[in-house]
Amino acid sequence: MNVEQFCSASRVVIVAGKGGVGKTTVTAALATAAARAGASVLIVEVEGKSGLSTALGCPPLTYEERPIADRLRARTLTPDEALLEYLEERGLRRISRRLVRSGALDVVATAVPGMQDILVLGKVKQLERGGTADLIVIDAPAAGHAVSFLMSARGLLDAVRVGPVRTQAEDVIALLTDPERCRVVLVTLAEETPVNELIETAFALEDRVGVKLGPVVVNAVPDPLGVDGPALADAADAGLAVPLPVAAALDAAAAFRSERRTLALAQADRLAQRLPLPQLRLPFVFGEIGPRQVGELADALTTGIHALPGPT
Amino acid sequence: MSALADLVAHRRVVVCCGTGGVGKTTVAAVVALAAARSGRDAVVVTIDPAKRLADTLGLVELGDAPREIPRERWDLDARAPAQGRLSALMLDTRATFDGLVRRYSADGEQAERILDNRFYRNIAGALSGTQEYMAAEKLHELSDEGGYDLIVVDTPPSRHALDFLDAPQRLTRLLDNRIFRFLMMPTRAYLRIASSAVQRFLRTVGRVIGAEVLDDIVAFFRAFEGMEAGFRDRAVRVGELLLDPSTAFVLITSPRRDSVDEAEFFAARLREAQLGVSALIVNRVHPDFGGGPPDQLRRRAAELREHGDPAAARLGARYENLADYAELGDRERRALRAVATRIGAATVAYVPSLPHDVVDFAALAAVASQLFDHADVSPPSAQHRPAG
Repeated sequence: MNVEQFCSASRVVIVAGKGGVGKTTVTAALATAAARAGASVLIVEVEGKSGLSTALGCPPLTYEERPIADRLRARTLTPDEALLEYLEERGLRRISRRLVRSGALDVVATAVPGMQDILVLGKVKQLERGGTADLIVIDAPAAGHAVSFLMSARGLLDAVRVGPVRTQAEDVIALLTDPERCRVVLVTLAEETPVNELIETAFALEDRVGVKLGPVVVNAVPDPLGVDGPALADAADAGLAVPLPVAAALDAAAAFRSERRTLALAQADRLAQRLPLPQLRLPFVFGEIGPRQVGELADALTTGIHALPGPT
Repeated sequence: MSALADLVAHRRVVVCCGTGGVGKTTVAAVVALAAARSGRDAVVVTIDPAKRLADTLGLVELGDAPREIPRERWDLDARAPAQGRLSALMLDTRATFDGLVRRYSADGEQAERILDNRFYRNIAGALSGTQEYMAAEKLHELSDEGGYDLIVVDTPPSRHALDFLDAPQRLTRLLDNRIFRFLMMPTRAYLRIASSAVQRFLRTVGRVIGAEVLDDIVAFFRAFEGMEAGFRDRAVRVGELLLDPSTAFVLITSPRRDSVDEAEFFAARLREAQLGVSALIVNRVHPDFGGGPPDQLRRRAAELREHGDPAAARLGARYENLADYAELGDRERRALRAVATRIGAATVAYVPSLPHDVVDFAALAAVASQLFDHADVSPPSAQHRPAG
């Protein structure tokens, strides 16, 4: 499969995973890969402070979308602003201000579970329907929030029987459960606990939300070093001298990397056995995540996507 | 005795804070284990432990009461004094909240009215901050009634790491909200006496979320009547417990800059609240392999690549790899430079990046020995590197 085919499978891709697994980096890399392949892409950040702007090398994102690179734009989506927009579009501008000022928004958010998530996802649906981009990549909330974020529409149907909020929830469910409109890409580290949690999340999302799962991204797998035996053996073969303490350091660092790679691959294999989804593996990145690292990861994703089975 | 060991030996409450994914739950379990091994009666309150760690701690199901872990399971080298005990509890937010409602309701009927209310069920399950609030509540309950020497609390993986501190006040603030007070009036009466502006406002809210949801809210606040004082009083006492000198805050961070920045921000907030950070634990620090500074290693790698010989190229790859780890180590040390001063922590301890998850008692004990058995826990040194 090539990246264009990958992008055209659904307009919305939600990137989800627990905190610390590199969800934001994957969001940036996937969007970059898609934009490079010729798609117009919009990145949506739904939780403040996710580090997207650092990864993309731009000032903090705002509710107004902004161009990042060729064909690549980014914006945030917050419940408060989505609600204001929602009410203003219905001619309730003055009410909306009072809602926020009086704290009634808190009341409403408390009264209706998932109200905030619905406002955000409702706006995503509007963007999707409006055809604002070929691909909309969403950096979903972290941790266990991913499931509740996507479950909120179902929960809301139980609580609210009539009215515009219910309609909104129904529209969101229609979006989430249509594999031609929306996919979820789950991200994990190749470590025991994150893999276990990803498996649980994957089944919960499929069974309880009915959302289509795209390939799983297994992040931070160290690349092979391609060496074998002690450093001094290579030095001898090349007729070069290496001080003994340096040789020891070279060997220790090589052994560390090789051990981490073996463990990571074992976890990725275990994941493959327990969860029958294709995997995209990304290398461990030594540097802090910035535009250059994101670019490299975009290349790795492109290679990985090419290796995926083609559309049927 | 290191400052950390002292903390475990003498404090009554240890609160473990930090952002998600840094190993808070593990550290909480390690602290409780170390206390039990030193002869204290310790309990760890976990929020959402990974399954294998939960199994290790005997937390097979949610329970509102702590369970003691049989000594032979955690005292692997049989060195704990006889009075040392270890118990664990997995926070059940809903059950804890229900217990609070029962405690403060005038009678069983009032309690049931609240527990059956849909709005209450949403608060108990989904109100952001409820988990934090109930963790604080559970801490208070165990402190008052548990009889433990040491209570170690894990805090929920919040979007904002500070929610735990604010949580007890949150419901109180909700109760003080003008709109809520208004809604406490007898059903529908609010529409009669309300000004026309307020009426329009409430009708709009009703139109958006549905009138029945509004009715639920009204019913909840009516049922809640008379209980606010109890809740408010409780929130005050939780605040006092957190401020007590026998309570210690331990911050957990990864050595990455963003995570350290977050810890620093958290520490500043704790200081504002007159609370000090007793210890900072830096988890998953990469090893320092030595061999020289990274730029020197990289130059050597480049020379070797240009050498033309396959063995030299392989050697170059090794240098490049060592340079990568050296740079990573340097970056971690830079992020942690003067961190003790910046955070105002009495002590800073480091846990190395381990190849396996810490999910059984052997691994917990290994981390405990890393943290508590060394008199002077210092950062991985950047000195003493031989020239490359």
